[in-house]
Amino acid sequence: MSDTAEKRPGPHKPSGWAVPGGDPYISIQNVTKRFGEFVAVDNVSLDIYRSELFSLLGASGCGKTTLLRMLAGLEEPTEGRILLDGQDMVGVPPYERPVNMMFQSYALFPHMTVAQNVAFGLKQEGMGKGEVEERVEQMLGLVQLGRFARRKPHQLSGGQRQRVALARALAKRPKLLLLDEPLAALDKKLRESTQFELMNIQEELGVTFIVVTHDQEEAMTLSTRIAVMNEGVIQQLGTPSEVYEYPRTRYVADFIGSVNLFEGTVSGTGAEGMRITAPEAGIDIHVDAGQTDARAGQSVAVAIRPEKIAIAKQDDKPSQGENVIQGIVDEIAYQGSLSIYQVRLADGKLVRVTTPNLTRTAERPIDWEEPVWLSWGRHAGVVLTS
Amino acid sequence: MSAGGAGGLGARLRARLFSQRTVVLLPPYIWLLLFFLAPFVIVLKLSISEAAIAMPPYLPILDWADGLIPDFTGTFYNFSFLFTDDLYVVAYLNSIKIALVSTIACLLIGYPMAYGIAKAPGTWRNALLMLVILPFWTSFLIRVYAWIGILKNNGILNNLLIGLGIIDQPLPMLHNDFSVYVGIVYSYLPFMILPLYANLAKMDESLLEAAADLGAKPWKTFLAVTLPLSVPGIVAGSMLVFIPAVGEFVIPELLGGPDTLMIGRVLWNEFFHNRDWPVASAVAIAMLLFLVVPIVIFQHYQGKTDEAAS
Amino acid sequence: MRKGLHPVTIAMLLFGFAFLYAPIVILIIFSFNEGKLVSVWSGFSPKWYGELLRDPQILSAAWMSLKIAAMNASVATVLGLFGAYALGRFGAFKGRTLFTGMMTAPLVMPDVITGLATLLLFVGLAWQRGMSTITIAHITFSMCFVAVIVRARLSSLDQSLEEAAMDLGARPAKTFLLITIPMLAPALVAAWLLAFTLSLDDLVIASFVAGPGSTTLPMVVFSKVRLGVSPEINALGTLIVLLVTLCIVVAALIFQRQEAQRLADAQMADRAD
Repeated sequence: MSDTAEKRPGPHKPSGWAVPGGDPYISIQNVTKRFGEFVAVDNVSLDIYRSELFSLLGASGCGKTTLLRMLAGLEEPTEGRILLDGQDMVGVPPYERPVNMMFQSYALFPHMTVAQNVAFGLKQEGMGKGEVEERVEQMLGLVQLGRFARRKPHQLSGGQRQRVALARALAKRPKLLLLDEPLAALDKKLRESTQFELMNIQEELGVTFIVVTHDQEEAMTLSTRIAVMNEGVIQQLGTPSEVYEYPRTRYVADFIGSVNLFEGTVSGTGAEGMRITAPEAGIDIHVDAGQTDARAGQSVAVAIRPEKIAIAKQDDKPSQGENVIQGIVDEIAYQGSLSIYQVRLADGKLVRVTTPNLTRTAERPIDWEEPVWLSWGRHAGVVLTS
Repeated sequence: MSAGGAGGLGARLRARLFSQRTVVLLPPYIWLLLFFLAPFVIVLKLSISEAAIAMPPYLPILDWADGLIPDFTGTFYNFSFLFTDDLYVVAYLNSIKIALVSTIACLLIGYPMAYGIAKAPGTWRNALLMLVILPFWTSFLIRVYAWIGILKNNGILNNLLIGLGIIDQPLPMLHNDFSVYVGIVYSYLPFMILPLYANLAKMDESLLEAAADLGAKPWKTFLAVTLPLSVPGIVAGSMLVFIPAVGEFVIPELLGGPDTLMIGRVLWNEFFHNRDWPVASAVAIAMLLFLVVPIVIFQHYQGKTDEAAS
Repeated sequence: MRKGLHPVTIAMLLFGFAFLYAPIVILIIFSFNEGKLVSVWSGFSPKWYGELLRDPQILSAAWMSLKIAAMNASVATVLGLFGAYALGRFGAFKGRTLFTGMMTAPLVMPDVITGLATLLLFVGLAWQRGMSTITIAHITFSMCFVAVIVRARLSSLDQSLEEAAMDLGARPAKTFLLITIPMLAPALVAAWLLAFTLSLDDLVIASFVAGPGSTTLPMVVFSKVRLGVSPEINALGTLIVLLVTLCIVVAALIFQRQEAQRLADAQMADRAD
């Protein structure tokens, strides 16, 4: 995985994910899907490259699963084209596509053993018996289920079933693997370990993965790139750090992680930065220049992540001259590795701040109802125009 | 590949899917058109024909003798005949009355049973359900017949009541409306219980707990939550009892008296004894017209249950 | 919340089951009665079973009925399966409303109407009446009952199983054979048995569409019963009840054991995580 990790930009580099040369592997072109009056996918265009681990992220009903099912051939687009390796897939039935899918329910055939499940797709290809057995063994080895080959699905645990489904979908060596909420049915601990397993297998086989998920942490961990979808439209496309650090819309900022949004008006622009008058904050917020082409007088929102805000006691006023406000601690949530503070500003606006718990016990802990200073740098705020 | 090629592929896929679907859909479709729908068209046709002493015993309604456009020689005499003779009107009203009362009786007995089965502990539930279904698998005719031995004047029930000293003259329980009611309720009770059970069993227990938690007494919870939610089951069960009961023949024939008039029996007699096929057809059409509304209601709720299930 | 059943509910259950089973129990008891009366006990004797098994009329009618029932059940299961699959999986198609109507109306249609209508069709087609016409008439309503059972099972099936098979390269026909049919197997067995008994049980429709030489068991029973009660019929009823009970109990035991095994397996498996 180190290979892919290197391609990811550092937290402050807004440069894009290094798009490899050549044509995209999967090209979704102006695809729309309507079910009667309801528009599930609305004119989506998207290019995905070979060996990517791409995530479609969104709340339920955002159209991500419909898009995935169109890639599998289980739904036909109402309009638009889908190219796979340069070949038009529209009208090609699922059983003739070099694409396999791992279903959210796993869809393991209950009347077949684990080995028969994995062999199913190979037999449809007309592969010889010996070769099938060899491949099944190899796939079960890959997911570490070799000794469960003769069990029936109901004799497996949830995590084992998930791995059988993965082995079955990978057995035909598909050009593209589609994963519909692959980890949703697992509990939290198992989910984390399986995430890494999934990444290792993807790297080992070099297969292109497209993952549908509603879990933003899962998408961030797994993906080379993420497409955030809402109401059938791609809101933002980028690497995990891009969508987190540089959300382009209020929806994305709010959906990925948690965020403090200050509504305001641009009151000054210059080479060194932009000034936004935010009545909710009670101050002018300064941000880095060059983020948007918003002009003076335009209504915008400034998004600031809770971990980018520093919190300090009353007698410890930050030395910086800008982006400092005063508030009163309203709530404190201790979460072990970090603490979350909810701070009430003068006009009642609540601001969320998280700080890592670096030491076991703070010398002078911040308490409920205590007046505090909040401060952040120019780089912390992101200006959102939509 | 060009866009034109894609269109061709799409069309080919659609054609293929269409043909595969056709293979599945067509056999049952054609079967039902031919053996279910077509017969009703013929009944309709025959109901406006004139009776004749021939085989088949009726005259054609369309006379094709003079070329392309046939003459209509049909008659609505058979229908007006149904209204001129008291027998038919009385038989219709009596059938509806008997079916209605039986349906209500089935509901009154079946609802508590279905409720009890649905609320019974898991291991019991399947056994009880099986006990409801089991009679349904055994000969209906013989089960109706069994009631003759129970209800007749020197039958088991009268002997028992006399033996216990409750009565000293046998009660006339067979060959009257009472025995018909008993027979219909007995035969159709499982049809009432099964849809009710299906409905009550899938009812979310937490709804009842929520009602109880909000302070509703058990009977209030039943009236305010359980009963309204079980309406689809009540309607489905009632229709499954009411509609066939209206046209019931075996039960009034075996358990009813000579004066127990039910329309199914009248139709049978018109057909087999009087050999008046047109009037029998008119009786059938009239019965069908009356049953169309309940049948449509039944289908509506049947469709609803299907949607809920999927 | 499950505090057990209310005494009134228990009383209703007891009353209801007594009502359902008293006639059957009495029927069985009096099938062993020495005398000809079916309401006065005059000593134990299995003689009516002997009479029954020597009655050529009943035996030939029973054989006729069994043949019709088996044929009916087999064809009705296939047609009902197709119909249920079309309704459950095809979404909207031309003529769906009519098809749905034709698939549900026979469930409640009074027998006298169906019988008369079907007969008139055969007369119109100048079709020789006999075993074939009875079988066809039985298939027509049996397939609708089959479809009800199959649809119930189909709607509880995870549709992604079929999608997964297609995704793995199985064509629709193959998916149907390898995935759908095995998943529906228990429902298909139940549906076949139901169609079989429905046919075995039908008097009215068979009476309309029967021809000379195609007398079914219910027709013989009906003519005998109309002449008065006969312990022979009690014996016949007892045999049917025993046979059906045996089948159902065996089926239930197999099902219960499988279910218990499945539960135990699932519990074992969950400990693996």
